[in-house]
Amino acid sequence: MATDAVVVKRSAGRRLAGLFHGRRRLQIGSLLAAPMAWLVILYLGSLVVLLITAFWTVNPLSGTVIKEFSLENFEELVNVPVYREIVWRTVRTAILVTFTDAIIAFPIAFYMAKIAGRKTKALLVVAVLMPLWASYLVKIIAWRAILAEHGVLNWALSPLGLHGPGEGVTSVWLVMSYLWLPYMVLPIFAGLERIPDSLISASEDLGAHPLTTFRRVVLPLSFPAVVAGSIFTFSLTLGDYLAPKLVSNEQFIGTSIFDSITNNQPFAAAFALVPIVVVIAYLGVARKLGAFEHV
Amino acid sequence: MRREKDRHAARTAWFVVAGLVAFMLVLAGCGGGSSTSGGSTGSGGGGGEELQKLGKGEGELNLISWAGYVEPEWVKPFEGESGCKVNDKVAGTSDEMVKLMETGQYDGVSASGNATARLWAAHEVAPVNVSLVPNYKTVFADLKGQPYNTFEGKPYGIPHGRGANLLMWNKNDVTPPPSSWEITLNPKVAAKYSGHITQYDDPMSIAEGALYLMNHEKSLGIENPYELNEEQFDAAVELMKEQKPNVGEYWSSAEQQIEGFANGSNQVGTTWQYQYFALKGENEPVEASPASQGFLPKEGATGWSDTWMISAHAKHPNCMYMWMNYIISPKANAEVAEFFGEAPAQEKACEHTKNPNFCSEYHAEEPAFWKRVWYWQTPLSECSEGGETDCMNYNDWVRAWTEIKG
Repeated sequence: MATDAVVVKRSAGRRLAGLFHGRRRLQIGSLLAAPMAWLVILYLGSLVVLLITAFWTVNPLSGTVIKEFSLENFEELVNVPVYREIVWRTVRTAILVTFTDAIIAFPIAFYMAKIAGRKTKALLVVAVLMPLWASYLVKIIAWRAILAEHGVLNWALSPLGLHGPGEGVTSVWLVMSYLWLPYMVLPIFAGLERIPDSLISASEDLGAHPLTTFRRVVLPLSFPAVVAGSIFTFSLTLGDYLAPKLVSNEQFIGTSIFDSITNNQPFAAAFALVPIVVVIAYLGVARKLGAFEHV
Repeated sequence: MRREKDRHAARTAWFVVAGLVAFMLVLAGCGGGSSTSGGSTGSGGGGGEELQKLGKGEGELNLISWAGYVEPEWVKPFEGESGCKVNDKVAGTSDEMVKLMETGQYDGVSASGNATARLWAAHEVAPVNVSLVPNYKTVFADLKGQPYNTFEGKPYGIPHGRGANLLMWNKNDVTPPPSSWEITLNPKVAAKYSGHITQYDDPMSIAEGALYLMNHEKSLGIENPYELNEEQFDAAVELMKEQKPNVGEYWSSAEQQIEGFANGSNQVGTTWQYQYFALKGENEPVEASPASQGFLPKEGATGWSDTWMISAHAKHPNCMYMWMNYIISPKANAEVAEFFGEAPAQEKACEHTKNPNFCSEYHAEEPAFWKRVWYWQTPLSECSEGGETDCMNYNDWVRAWTEIKG
């Protein structure tokens, strides 16, 4: 009896295998069906829902959504100066954070990839990754304590007669630069590791000054990695709302969306399209700069 | 070869995007069929029917409340006697409460006057059959039948308590003790505390500006800080814009402000009793307008009168009725009022407070005092006096608040 069952089972399995044999499209199709369904239905689907909502409006008193096509939200976004200001402030901060992180991350990554020994390298990789083990919210709250009026920063600066930035755009820039630094170090590190040491030796052998070697060999070869890292820092800064909420009194794209969600979802949806457009434009530029050449 | 492949991929990507956009436009256009979502139809408000007969508790109760309204001290006894397990969600703003109620997952909410009308208009709350709430009889008369808790003649909730928003300051940093809102609102006075002023992050704060102007710019003719015509509204908004450079933080949760005062970043600003007592409990050097001044700066103050409302989609209506009756029972109402620092809604609560003078200190029994406290209410286009329709509505307030914050 038992052996019969096994035989039947095996033959069913064989039949199934036979179905797939030699049919490459079917093989690939069934392999990818689940992840594709995830991507298209859940991810792109929710984006489409977001886009649709952006064209609706709300009843001013009850806050109920009126499902009628209207461009009102977009008109408001374009015509009310405060929104342009918010977008520009956010983009400006994102650019600043990206440059700051690139400048800090490059020497670290260079040391990790080209100078440090095996043990030091491993240690440094762990050190760079370590902040990611802590909750992101906890890190922002910690920064709030550092930047507070009676906080560590003002305590350290007071003997010099200086005063910390307090709550504002400067604090957001500091906190974001701190938060996203690992996302810049790692791609640059990986990019630098791929540059063969022989190229650097060759440049030296041909009599190039170390700075010339850096400028003409290392930098051009690692630039796509920097751009890849900048995509992280830029888009993460663009979308964040907790850091601006907790360490500044200024509005950013994220905080405005968060505030609108409670009483005007369609407007929040319309505003959510702004960072999407900005990131798409940024990705276009990054592609031109060769960030995706080796992906 | 690579280039060509790239171009091919790019073209496919564009097709996908174009397809999605077309699809979305079609859907957005088709959505026009149904113009209201949820609740009943018609121009009025409210939803569902009032409960006719109190049944057995359903064993569970999901509430939305302000911080400090649903605390173990009085929730535990309620759970014991009713068998309803209480799950509470604390909200930071009225907007948040309205949004949470729209999910339909909650049985009731402690709504302030700037949420009640909106909840009613959105068909999210049901009328209350007050005959099933015996303790309602002894609720202070000046809290019953108010425009923020009664619609089309029907009560839509049970009054919980009332209070004024406080002016709080750190007494080490702020001298002499202020007795007027000018310390945060008059740019010349406020400049001294620039970067350390804190303001509630809510459109209702514009009413604070309007209240200040009502006292200091009499020519504007403001009579109610929530009913502003365009000129009055613009003046209040302008005042709040001038305040912006001096504001260190717009707070949106009680915890955030408690921490801000504790670490010294905040020195003076609007607060609630909850934060004031929490900071007092930590021995922080904070002070608020003293009892001798009636807890109010000289202009008066904005405030709130809160109402427990029952959801039109309540899954545990019996438990909610039991809760509404319990929270205004003399002992529980005294506990919550004393814990939060507000005037109780229940007359008999005054006999149960730990501090025997509590009710007189908080002016619970003096209707005249409350004339100086302007309860939060939803700004509507139609002003109450003479049915004028030139007032700025809540949408204008929300938009202006965004512009004030810059």
